[in-house]
Amino acid sequence: MRKLALKDEILLQIEKPARYTGGEVNAVMKNKEDVDIRFAMCFPDVYEIGMSHLGLQILYHMFNERPDAWCERVFSPWTDLDEILRREKIPLFALESQEPIKDFDFLGITIQYEMCYTNILQILDLSQIPMYARERDESHPLVIGGGPCTFNPEPLAPFFDLFYIGEGEASYPLFLDTYARMKRQGKSRMQFLEEAAQIPGIYVPAFYDVEYAEDGTLISFAPNRPGIPAKVARQVLTDFEHAPYPKAPVVPNIKATQDRIMLEIQRGCIRGCRFCQAGMIYRPAREKNAELLKQQARDMLRNTGHEEISLSSLSSSDYSQLKELLDFLLEEFKNQAVNVSLPSLRIDAFSLQVMSRIQDVKKSSLTFAPEAGSQRLRDVINKGLTQEVILKGAREAFRGGWSRVKLYFMLGLPTEDEEDVKCIAHLAQKIAETYYDEVPKERRQGKVQITVSTSYFVPKPFTPFQWAPMASVQTYLDRVRTVREEMRQQENHKSIKYNWHEADVAILEGFLARGDRRAARVLARAYELGAMYDAWTEHFHPKLWTQAFADTDIDMDFYTLRRRQVTELLPWDFIDAGVKREFLEREWQRAKEGAVTPNCRQSCSGCGAARHKGGVCVESES
Amino acid sequence: MKVRVKFSKYGPSRFLGHLDVMRYFQKAVRRAGIPIAFSSGFRPHMIMSFAAPLGLGVTSDGEYFDMELSRNMSSQDMIERFNEVLTEGFQVTGARKTPEGKKHNAMALTAAASYRVRLLQSAKIWPEDMAKQAELFCAQPSILVEKETKSGSKMADIKPGIYQFQVDAGEFTMLLSASSANYVKPKMVMEAFANWLEIPYSPYGFAVHKTEVYANRGMEDAPDFVSLEELGEDIE
Repeated sequence: MRKLALKDEILLQIEKPARYTGGEVNAVMKNKEDVDIRFAMCFPDVYEIGMSHLGLQILYHMFNERPDAWCERVFSPWTDLDEILRREKIPLFALESQEPIKDFDFLGITIQYEMCYTNILQILDLSQIPMYARERDESHPLVIGGGPCTFNPEPLAPFFDLFYIGEGEASYPLFLDTYARMKRQGKSRMQFLEEAAQIPGIYVPAFYDVEYAEDGTLISFAPNRPGIPAKVARQVLTDFEHAPYPKAPVVPNIKATQDRIMLEIQRGCIRGCRFCQAGMIYRPAREKNAELLKQQARDMLRNTGHEEISLSSLSSSDYSQLKELLDFLLEEFKNQAVNVSLPSLRIDAFSLQVMSRIQDVKKSSLTFAPEAGSQRLRDVINKGLTQEVILKGAREAFRGGWSRVKLYFMLGLPTEDEEDVKCIAHLAQKIAETYYDEVPKERRQGKVQITVSTSYFVPKPFTPFQWAPMASVQTYLDRVRTVREEMRQQENHKSIKYNWHEADVAILEGFLARGDRRAARVLARAYELGAMYDAWTEHFHPKLWTQAFADTDIDMDFYTLRRRQVTELLPWDFIDAGVKREFLEREWQRAKEGAVTPNCRQSCSGCGAARHKGGVCVESES
Repeated sequence: MKVRVKFSKYGPSRFLGHLDVMRYFQKAVRRAGIPIAFSSGFRPHMIMSFAAPLGLGVTSDGEYFDMELSRNMSSQDMIERFNEVLTEGFQVTGARKTPEGKKHNAMALTAAASYRVRLLQSAKIWPEDMAKQAELFCAQPSILVEKETKSGSKMADIKPGIYQFQVDAGEFTMLLSASSANYVKPKMVMEAFANWLEIPYSPYGFAVHKTEVYANRGMEDAPDFVSLEELGEDIE
C-alpha cells in the first residue's frame, strides 16, 4: 500500500486532505527504478482547479505512455497545509509516489494565467528548490514552464531553467528523448540546457541577454553564447486528428471545478477577435473528425464513469460537424443519464434547439458575449456580432421559453469612449423590450432576468492590441459608473442586474502580461511580502503589491498605461508565435480604422499560420 | 430489485469524505457496468443511498449503500465487476438483495456499529491495568461528554450508547450506538476514558477501524443486533 507523505495528524487538521493523497482512478503508478525520467507536472493552483485542466491530462497521459518516464502530479497546497509544510520543513511531494519534488528530474509547471505567478514561487519554495535558476545545481530538478503565459515568459524568466513554447504534443517527445539519452551519458545540467536550446520551441532564458534604453524600452534581446537560436518557434501540432488524447483521464478524488469529461473537438479559432490571445496563438484552427470523437467520448466515459461530457473548444459553433456529433452524444448517452454540456455556443436557432434538449429551459440562462456595447467598438475588436443577430437570438430564446440572459462586456477597450459604454445599457434594454414584445403577459413567468457583467480589458502579447495602453484604473471605474448610471435610466432597469469586476487584479494582470525581465523583481518581492493565491479574491492583497512596486522602484504604469510604438522591440518579440508581426501590425491599424477582418473560412488574411499547412488553412484544398 | 452493497475502506482512501465516497461509487457503478436504476425527471440520478457517514481518517470493513437495479445481476458478478474497477483503498465484499421500502434502507436500519481502536502513541501514559480500568469506567452510573449541537454544545450521557467497551493488548473493542438519535463516536469514548483516567488526550493518538454496522431486531433496552449484510440474501 502506498505510504503517504503526511502524517494522519496533519491530514486530519487540514481542509480536504484528499487533495494530497493521490491514488485516484487512472492515476499512474510505476516503479521509479524502471524509469529514466521522473517528471512532476504542476498546475500552480489548488487541486480542484488544476485537475479541471485538460492540457495537464493530455500531457500526463502522453508522458506516461513512455516506458522510460513516470509523470506525476503536484498542485499548490492550500494555505492551511502551506503553513504546516513551512513550519515543519516538509518538502512538497508528488501525489502518486508521495516523494519530494526536489528529487525529480523535472518540475514542469503549466502557466495558464498571470495571477498564479506567486503560486509558482510558492511551489519552488515549498519544494525546497532554489527560487532562481542560477542558484540551482546538478542536484536540483530542471524547472520548465509551459502554457499560454509562456508567450511572454519574461516576468518569470529568472525562476525557470527552460520554457516550452507552444503545444506540448509536438516537441516533448524529442525533448524527453534527448534528456534520457544525455542522462545515461552522464552529461551535465549545462550540457543538457545547451542541447535543449536547439530543440524547436525550447527557450532557455539564461542564454539570452536583454539591454534597455534610458527610457526603459528594450534595445536588444539576443543570445549570449554561440549556437543559440535568436528566435524560438512556437510549437504546433499540425496533425491534430492524431493528437494523443487521454483515453483514461485521472478522476479527481474530490469534486473538481470541472467534474466531467472534456472532449476537445477543435483547437484554435477562425474568428480573429483582436483582444483574444487564444484566438491568435493556437492558429491554425484545427478540427477533429466526428467519428473519432465519438470513439473518444465512449472510451473516456467507460474509463472514468463520469456522468457529464463537455465539448471543449474556443468556439463550438464553428465546429463543422457539430450537429452530427451532438445528435450522436444525445442519442447514445440518453439512456445512461450522461449530461452533455456545451460552452461557447453562439445563440441561434440550431443551438437553442440543441439546448432545449439538454437543459431545463425554465431554470437555465443563455449567454451572449457581445464584448462591446456599440457596433463601432465591436468592429474595432473584430467581434463579428451585430445587434440584429443578438436580438434575433434573444427573440428566439424567449419564444423557446428562456427568460434569463447573461451578457458579457469588456470596459477599457482601445478607442472606447463614454458613448460606447452607454450602449451596453441600451443593448440590455433592447433585450428586455424584446422579451416583453415577444412573450405575451399570460405566458410570462415574472420578469425577464438580464445580468450584465463587465470586465476590465487586459491587452495581451501576440494580439493586435499588444501595443495598446490599458485603461487606467480611474478610467475603468469611471466607465463602470457611466454604465451604472445609464442602466438606471432604462425603462426596464428593474429587470437588469449589473456586475463589474474589481480593478486591482486586472491592472496587475496587465502588468504581468506585458512585463519584461525586470518585472520578476516585483514578483519576487510581492511573494516575499506574503502574496500568494492572487487569483482568489479572499487571498488577494493589493497592498502587498503596492509595497512590492515601491520596494523595487518599478513603475507599473510604464508597463500598463504606455502606448507602445509598433517600432518598439517588445520583450516577447523573440518568439515566433505562428502569427506574423506584420499581420498583428496590420490588424492594429485596421482596428483603429474600425475595419472588420473576415474570419478564416470567409477568406485568408495572411496571418502567417498557413505555413503550418494544417486545419482551416488547407480546408478548401481538401 | 434493491441491492445492498458492502464495502471496505482502508489505506489512503480513509481521507476521502462521505460526499466524495458517494461520488466515487457513482462513477464506479458506471465503470463496472452495474445495471443501476435512475430516477425520472430532467436530470435523472442514480437510485442509491448510503448508510451513516464514516469519519475522516477512519478505516472500515463495514460500509454500506443500497441501490436499485433495473435488471438482475448475480451477487458474485456484481462483486467481481466492482472490484475490477475500484482503486486501492476500496473493496466490495458483498452485494445482496434486500427488502424494498424506506424502513429497510441501510441508513434507517443502522442502530449500532462495532470498532477496533488501536493506540498509536507510546503506551506509557496508559495504565498497565487498562482492561480493569475499562471495566471500572463502564461501571459508572453515567458518562457525560460535551456534544456539539447546532446551537453550541451540551452535556450528554453516552453510557446508554456504549454496548461494549473492552481493551486487550493496547487494542480496544467497542460496540456503540449509531442511531441518529444517539450517535456515539469512538472518539468520544476515548476522550471520556482518557479524562476519567486523568491522562492527556490527543485525537491523533489512536487509529479507528469500523468492523461492522448493525440493525436492531430486538427492543431498545434489550437489543438483538444483526449485521446489515445478514438482512439480505445472495443473488444467484
